[in-house]
Amino acid sequence: MHRFAIRRAGRLLVSLWVVITAAFGMIHLIPGDPVRAALGPTAPAELVQARRAALGLDDPLWLQYLNYLHHLVTGEFGSSTLSGLPVAQVISDRLPATIELALASFVLAILISVPLGLAMAVATRNGRRRPAELAFTSASAVLAALPEFLVAVGLVYVFSVTLGWAPVAGRSGPDSYVLPVIALAIGPAAVLARIVRVETLAVLQADYIRTARAKRLPSRLIYLRHALPNALTATITLGGLILGGLIAGTVLVENVFAWPGLGSTIVSSILAKDYPVVQGIVLIYGIGVLLINLVVDIALALLDPRSTIRKS
Amino acid sequence: MSELRFEEVSVRYGTRRRGHTVVDGVNLTVASGTVVGLVGESGSGKSTLARAAVGLIPLSGGQILLDGRPLPKRTPLQMVFQDPYSSLDPRMTVGASIAEALPRGAFARNAIAAEVTRLLELVDLAADRAGLYPAALSGGQRQRVALARALAGRPAVLIADEITSALDVSIQGTVLNLVRQVQARMRLTMLFISHDLAVVRYVSDTVAVMQGGHIVECGPADDILSNPQHPYTRQLLAAARSGQR
Amino acid sequence: MSRVFRSPVGVSAAALLAAVLLLAVFAPVLWADRAATIDTTQILQGQSAQHWAGTDSLGRDIFFRVLVATRLSVQLAIMATAVGVLIGLLLGAAPLLIGARAGRWVTAAVNIAVAFPGLLLALFFAVIFGVGMRGAVLAIGFAVAPSFARLTHTLVSTVADRDYVHAARIAGVGRLRVLARHVLPNVGEPLVVNATVAAGGALLAFAGLSFLGLGVQAPQYDWGRLLGEGLNGIYVHPLAALAPGIAVVVAGLAFSLFGEAAARAIGLRTVLSREPAATSQPEPAQPMSAADVVLAVERLRISFGPVSPVRDVGFTVGRGESVGIVGESGSGKSLTALAIAQLIEEPGRVSADRIEFLGQDLRSAKEHRRLLGLSLAMVFQDPMTSLNPTHRVGRQLAEVAEQHQGLGRAQALARAVDRLRAVHLTEPERRARQYPHELSGGMRQRAMIGMGLMGSPALIIADEPTTALDVTVQAQVLALLQEIRASDGVALMLISHDISVVRQVCDRVLVMYAGRIVEDLRTADLAAARHPYTRALLAAVPDLDTDRGKPLTVIPGRAADPAQLPPGCAFAPRCPLADSACVASDPPLAVDPGGHRVACWHADREVSR
Repeated sequence: MHRFAIRRAGRLLVSLWVVITAAFGMIHLIPGDPVRAALGPTAPAELVQARRAALGLDDPLWLQYLNYLHHLVTGEFGSSTLSGLPVAQVISDRLPATIELALASFVLAILISVPLGLAMAVATRNGRRRPAELAFTSASAVLAALPEFLVAVGLVYVFSVTLGWAPVAGRSGPDSYVLPVIALAIGPAAVLARIVRVETLAVLQADYIRTARAKRLPSRLIYLRHALPNALTATITLGGLILGGLIAGTVLVENVFAWPGLGSTIVSSILAKDYPVVQGIVLIYGIGVLLINLVVDIALALLDPRSTIRKS
Repeated sequence: MSELRFEEVSVRYGTRRRGHTVVDGVNLTVASGTVVGLVGESGSGKSTLARAAVGLIPLSGGQILLDGRPLPKRTPLQMVFQDPYSSLDPRMTVGASIAEALPRGAFARNAIAAEVTRLLELVDLAADRAGLYPAALSGGQRQRVALARALAGRPAVLIADEITSALDVSIQGTVLNLVRQVQARMRLTMLFISHDLAVVRYVSDTVAVMQGGHIVECGPADDILSNPQHPYTRQLLAAARSGQR
Repeated sequence: MSRVFRSPVGVSAAALLAAVLLLAVFAPVLWADRAATIDTTQILQGQSAQHWAGTDSLGRDIFFRVLVATRLSVQLAIMATAVGVLIGLLLGAAPLLIGARAGRWVTAAVNIAVAFPGLLLALFFAVIFGVGMRGAVLAIGFAVAPSFARLTHTLVSTVADRDYVHAARIAGVGRLRVLARHVLPNVGEPLVVNATVAAGGALLAFAGLSFLGLGVQAPQYDWGRLLGEGLNGIYVHPLAALAPGIAVVVAGLAFSLFGEAAARAIGLRTVLSREPAATSQPEPAQPMSAADVVLAVERLRISFGPVSPVRDVGFTVGRGESVGIVGESGSGKSLTALAIAQLIEEPGRVSADRIEFLGQDLRSAKEHRRLLGLSLAMVFQDPMTSLNPTHRVGRQLAEVAEQHQGLGRAQALARAVDRLRAVHLTEPERRARQYPHELSGGMRQRAMIGMGLMGSPALIIADEPTTALDVTVQAQVLALLQEIRASDGVALMLISHDISVVRQVCDRVLVMYAGRIVEDLRTADLAAARHPYTRALLAAVPDLDTDRGKPLTVIPGRAADPAQLPPGCAFAPRCPLADSACVASDPPLAVDPGGHRVACWHADREVSR
């Protein structure tokens, strides 16, 4: 366990370094002069020059890198080229809305997918109930293939435009959460339910399930105590990737619902070439993904006694 | 024919600090034209030793000599593996698999088919099998193809690693008979590895017993059986005897 | 790939994909003008006979714009996929191309990148490559690359570890030749399939980027751009947003479903051939006084669809008796054991004239959960996979007592520890707290046996209990089974392919071939076996006294396939004694006065060599 924790922490640090360096490098990989690009072709040369100096872009690269790291440590992310607001403030204004959205969708996706996948696996094991299996696999395939923003548009059309049950956009009352959360959760829920089903089916073929049946345990115990934990270990590994995808999904969904989160901000900032803001938000997203992966690994270690051994 | 000699051979897995020694200072000689049977349980290091001999695993110590000289880069050793289902490329015909192992340039393009036929007949398979894919063959037939492929390389030494343990008992006899017959006819030098003492005794002139990475006992097959010295050898013998009357 | 077209999903996905591709080629040629015609009198009109999906803010026909946009959308998706697949292949094959040491760094980098969702990577690269079509193609391509690299790497390293690759390397085949000849052909199909699925994903991702305004820029348009424009007016004119949305979904699905159908077709197994299995007369079970019978089976038959791997099996097991079932793989010996234990699941079907365990008819609808849970113990072949890896050993034993004996948690655990002690596990308290992977193979098998002893078993069914174990451990486990049998009068049914294992432990042997019992005899009588199969089986396995000067007896041909049984004796095609009688009809299992049963028209006849 000890060795596992150390290795895991090491990997986290390396990944964090990669994310930070990528965020730093992004600005420098943009072909041409980012300041010129941001200010437009009509801006006077002196202004561009002053701006470059202010951003430290004329320093040698290694110095800029060190400065960047130093600023990060002190919580200094630079300031928006458009509004002049500190990036840290922009992020802290917008982050809670995104986290609320992602967390609520995550919980909803888990609550739907795990029981559904398990129930479908039990119901359709060994080729039983072919029609139900076909219905489930095709419905979940379609839902999983639908991109979040299309689901969002569809939901807006049905529930806001046609039925008028929910607001079309914005983040105001509790009912404004309903559509964005559903739009974001449906895809991951469908994918996860498929994975849970497939993993459970595989687990139901395992020798230890035969052992459990040989012990004449009631089916409830066989499925919940013996099958589910084993199905979840594989599910969590793949689920981690999908939950990371959920963070990406917020970008699109926020734009459909004009949700005041990081996602709508990063898109408008990219379009406006407001690079300090983009850089800051990219960093936050990257760290968010790393945290999710960390949580997944910890969950795995708790659930599967072999995983710590396996990795070390 | 050639003599294969292992001198103080060691194989370690993992890093230098955190690894474990699987084969530890093994000395073993396979005399020219004879069969040495290597018997041991899973994890004893016998398969690792075989893989090291053909260059699939690097040595961490010692050396392997062929007729007193270090092994050349293109190994003159050939190997037959345990699992008949993964030892043949599913997308290659039997004939192509065998032809691939022929020494490069030794046969003219139009002579290759004849040589493949000769090798197939050597292992009691009809020549028309050359056009089949492995999926059309039974486990025993695949092992015969694998043997033919190994012989195609004109090996100085043949290594057989648990070649019958994945086969049904009724098939095992066929493959063992074939191995013995081919070995006798071609005066092959052979290292025959198995966990089954009775099988090893049936095939080998010399028996070496391996445990925990060491060779604990080695000698003529009849001596080992009639007068085992090491307690582990006695244990193996007792286990094998208890199945008989 | 032709197998794709055998499934209805595959056919419809292929048709859909073909339609999308045709549209991509021809739509711009046919309707580009109609899609570009500006009509300021028709701005933002709803659905009408003239404009099926209404018009946009310049009065252009949305339906035709959606059709024409097919080409650009599909084209860009395919380009992005191509970029991603190319980079992915290079990165994934890096360990092979540039050597293991440098390759390891590439793999590590890929492993980090793959943790980030594609869309985030695409956004990141979109910033670098700039807003617009070219930038978006590169961005999505780069975003697809890591997962494709991971896939390539996994596939390649799996294949590279196969024995046929080892054999080729030993044969002196060069690195690149091995890659071209053995590795690529064996990973090609899954890679193509996944590239198709990835193209579907790229299509959706592109729509997303264009929708956000980061992809295709006006005046050009793809589905994402149309969707973004339509969304602004969704209250006034929902079809403008829905029409391109539907197009994206349909096209995306076409790619993904086709890929998945192809993937399933690759993994498809051949269906069992439909051929009714031959039936034969019922076999008399041995007479035995009812009180001594633990298990009585008559005319047991197990079927999977039209195939019956077990046919008309009948035997009895007496109290404290140990019966071995010997047979090769496919002989039906394990299925017989599972059927007795009521563990055959759908689609398998069990029928029998009689399955009686301790006087209870197991065929009756009533569940015999408590009876079987306490009195019938099962031991399986592989103790590693037969114990649940996520639960402690003690708990797995204890739940039997909790379930069937009504013990509390603590009492049940105490009983488990006691049972672990009974099977001679050292430090039973500690073992009970350990997980299966922390025990050795022999210890696990002891724990499995201990699990069977939680109740008070009258019968232990052990299916190849020592096959996965080393020879020396095997002897200990067999000794333990013997000891339990001797001390508690428990009957034992030992199933094995290895006649020497059965000989060590059992009083009686049932020899099975092709789903039938061909001989039933006392172990002591094995030397006088009457069935040619039994005799050949005994002679085929070398023991320590086998004459090394003579070749081993062999049984020619292959084991019988239960799906294609001959009408007569199933062993006839391999039997040296077979004649026309054997080919014509299946011999019954006839019993002699000594209770020795044999199913052969020519039992006892010498095999001439």
